[in-house]
Amino acid sequence: MNDLRPALVLLAAFTVLTGVVYPLAVTGLAHVAFPGKAGGSLVYVDGKPVASALVGQPFTDPALFWSRPSATSPAYAGGASSGSNLGPSNPALKTAVQERVATLRTADPSSAPVPVPVDLVTASGSGLDPHVSVAAALYQVPRVAKARGISEESLNAVVARHIEGRTLGLLGEPRVNVVALNLELMGRIPER
Amino acid sequence: MTLHTFVTFGLYLTVLLVLAWPLGLYTARVLEGGKHPLSRLFGWLERGLFRLAGVKETDEQPWTRYALSFLVFNAAGLFLVYLLQRLQGVLPLNPAGLPAVSPHLAFNTAVSFATNTNWQSYGGETTMSHLTQMLGLTVQNFVSAAAGIAVFAAIARGFSRRKTGTVGSFWVDLTRSTLYVLLPLSFVLALALVSQGVVQTFSGKAEVPYLNPPGPETPTQTIALGPAASQVAIKQLGTNGGGFYNVNSAHPLENPTPLSSFLELLAILLIPAALCFTFGRMVKDDRQGRALLVAMTAIFVVFASVCALSEQRGNPVLTAAGVDQAASSTQGGGNMEGKEARFGVADSTLWATATTAASNGSVNSMHDSYTPLGGLMPLVLMQLGEVVFGGVGSGLYGMLVFALVAVFVSGLMVGRTPEYLGKKLEPHEMKMASLVILLPALGVLVGAALAVASPEAVSGLSNPGAHGFSQILYATSSAANNNGSAFAGLTANLPFTNTLLGILMLVGRYGAALPVLAIAGSLAKKGTVAAGAGTLPTHGPLFVTLLVGVVILVGALTFLPALALGPIVEALRLS
Repeated sequence: MNDLRPALVLLAAFTVLTGVVYPLAVTGLAHVAFPGKAGGSLVYVDGKPVASALVGQPFTDPALFWSRPSATSPAYAGGASSGSNLGPSNPALKTAVQERVATLRTADPSSAPVPVPVDLVTASGSGLDPHVSVAAALYQVPRVAKARGISEESLNAVVARHIEGRTLGLLGEPRVNVVALNLELMGRIPER
Repeated sequence: MTLHTFVTFGLYLTVLLVLAWPLGLYTARVLEGGKHPLSRLFGWLERGLFRLAGVKETDEQPWTRYALSFLVFNAAGLFLVYLLQRLQGVLPLNPAGLPAVSPHLAFNTAVSFATNTNWQSYGGETTMSHLTQMLGLTVQNFVSAAAGIAVFAAIARGFSRRKTGTVGSFWVDLTRSTLYVLLPLSFVLALALVSQGVVQTFSGKAEVPYLNPPGPETPTQTIALGPAASQVAIKQLGTNGGGFYNVNSAHPLENPTPLSSFLELLAILLIPAALCFTFGRMVKDDRQGRALLVAMTAIFVVFASVCALSEQRGNPVLTAAGVDQAASSTQGGGNMEGKEARFGVADSTLWATATTAASNGSVNSMHDSYTPLGGLMPLVLMQLGEVVFGGVGSGLYGMLVFALVAVFVSGLMVGRTPEYLGKKLEPHEMKMASLVILLPALGVLVGAALAVASPEAVSGLSNPGAHGFSQILYATSSAANNNGSAFAGLTANLPFTNTLLGILMLVGRYGAALPVLAIAGSLAKKGTVAAGAGTLPTHGPLFVTLLVGVVILVGALTFLPALALGPIVEALRLS
C-alpha cells in the first residue's frame, strides 16, 4: 500500500495543524484582541456577571419587556439551543400562537384591537434570541408603562435609546435588545 | 419582495463576485504549483510535509491511483472521527463530561464529516466534547473540502492536458488546498467573527442568574461556550455546515450580528464561485469559467427570490389569529417562526438558498418552519444535485458533468459528435456522467421510500401530514447530495435513520467523485480537436441557457412526483 504512509502522515499533520494549532492560534489572538467577546460577551454589574449581551432571557414580569417565545426547555436554556421546527400547517403552531396572542391581550386589555407584531408571538430559530423588533417593543410600551406607573412618552424615550438600526444602514433588521432594555429599567448599569 | 431584500441580495452578489475573482485566479496558481506570497512564507512547511509523507511533488498519478489515494485518505479520516467519538468519555478536553457517542450516531457523524456533508443527527453543545469537535470534526471540515478541490483540479487537468496518462497528485493537491487556501481564509474569518461576538474559549460554560427568574428551580442561566469561531469559519468556507451549537448559525453566540451573518454568508459561496474563475484559468479560456458562473448565478437568483417572496408573504394561519406580518418601518414582518429578529426574512432566505445551492447546510433560521413554497426552494436546490455553486470543488465538477450532458444533448439535436473544450465526448464519458447524475437521485428517492416504509424512521417525524413527508424527503435529499441541512424537527438520531442517511452520504459523495475522476482520466488521454464551424461555443448565452435548461429539466423530471406529495400539497392546503 503506497498510499498508507501519505494518508496517515498527512492526516496526522493536518490534525495537528488544523485541529490544534489553528484553534489555539485563533483563541490566543482572540483573547488578546477581543477578550470580552471571545468569552461570551458577558455583562457585569457590581463585578458580577448578570447576563450575556447576546443571549436572551425569559421575562414574565408585566413591568418588564418580554422576549420572543422560546422553544428550548425550559425557555431560554442557554445550554441547549432549539427552534420549534413546527411546520406552517401544523395545528400545534396555530394553537401556540393563539395562546400567545391571548396572553398578551390579557396582560394589557387596552391593546386588544391591534394586531400583534409577528416576532412577539413566534418562536425564534435559536430559542435564545435577545432581540425583538421595534414594533414588538413599542407594542409592549402601554403595558410596561402602566405597571411601572410612568408615562408612555418617557418609556418610549428609553426604548428609542435601545433601538439598533441596520448595520451600515443595509444589513439585518432594526431591533431592540430586550436584556439591555430591561437592565436599564431595573436600574442596573452595566460596567464598561 | 421589499426594497430591503433587493438591497441585501444585490449587495451580497456584488461583494461575492468581486471577492471570488481574485481568489479564483490565486487558487489556479496554487493548484498549478506556481509561486505566490504564501508559498514563499510556508513553502518550508509544504516541503517538510511532503518529505515526511514520502510524496514527491513531481510524482503524478493516473486517475485510478488518484482515486485510490482519495479513498484511502477518506477512510483513515472516517476511522479517526469514529474512534474519537467512541472514546471521548475517557479523553481530555471534555469540560462538560459528555459520554461516548452511540455506535450508529458515531458512524453517521464520521461519514457525514468525511464526505463534506455535515449532517448532524445530534446537538453540538450537548453531544460532542471539545476534543471531538477540534481533532475530529474541524479537521475533517478542512480536509474534506480540500479533497473536493483536489477532485475538481483533476478534472480541470483532464480538460487542459493532451495525450497524457496522469491527472496530478492527490497528495499535492490536498496539501496545497489546505495550506494555501482554506487555512489562511479560515484564520482571517475566524478573527473577524470573534470581533462580532462569536465565542472562542476553552471554558465549557458560563452561569448567570436570571434577571427575572422563571421559577425557583432554575435560578441561573447556563450559557454553553467553547472554541466556536475557529470551527464556524471553516464550516462556512468549506461548504461543510456542521455548527458548533445545535441551531447552527441561528445561535446568537455562533452568529451574533447582521455583519457576522453577512460574512458567514459570503463564506458559503466564496470558494465555489471562485473555483469557476480557477477553472477558466486552468483550461486557458476564462470565458468558459464565467459561463458556468453565470448559469449558477441565474438559477440561484430565481430560487432566492421565490423563497424571499414566499416568506415575506407570511403564514395565512397567523394572520387569521390576529398577528401582524406586514413589513413596516418598525418591523421586517413575514413568517418569523424559526427566524431571528436581527436577521429577518431577507438575511434568512438568502442564507437558506445559498446554503442549499452550495452543499453547505449551515442554517441561520429553521427551514422546517418555512412556508411550503419557501421551504421548497432549498429542497429543490439540493435535489438539482448541488451544482448551483455546490460544494467546494464538488459543485463545479458536478456542474461540469451537466455541461457535458448539455453539449451531448445539443450534439444529438444537430447530429454531430459532441465536444467540450476541444475534447470529443464519447460513450465512456457519457456513461460516467449519467452515473454522477443518477446515483444521488436514486439515493434520494429510494432512501425516502425506505424511510417512509420504516416505522422507526416515521416515529421521528415532528409534523403531521404532508409536512411530515417533506421532513423525510428533505433529509434524504440533504444526505444523498452531501448538503447537511435539515427540516430539523425530524428526530434522526435513531439506529435505522442514522445508518440509512450514512449510506446515502457515501453514495452521494463517491458515486459522484469516482465517475468524475474516471472522466478526468479518459479526457486527459485524448488529444484536442480544433473548433470548427459546427462546434457549439460553450461560453455564450445560448450555451448558458441550454445548461440551465438541462439542470432544471433533469431535476424537475426526477423529483416533481415526490415534491407533489410534500411541499406542493401543503402549499395548496394552506392557501
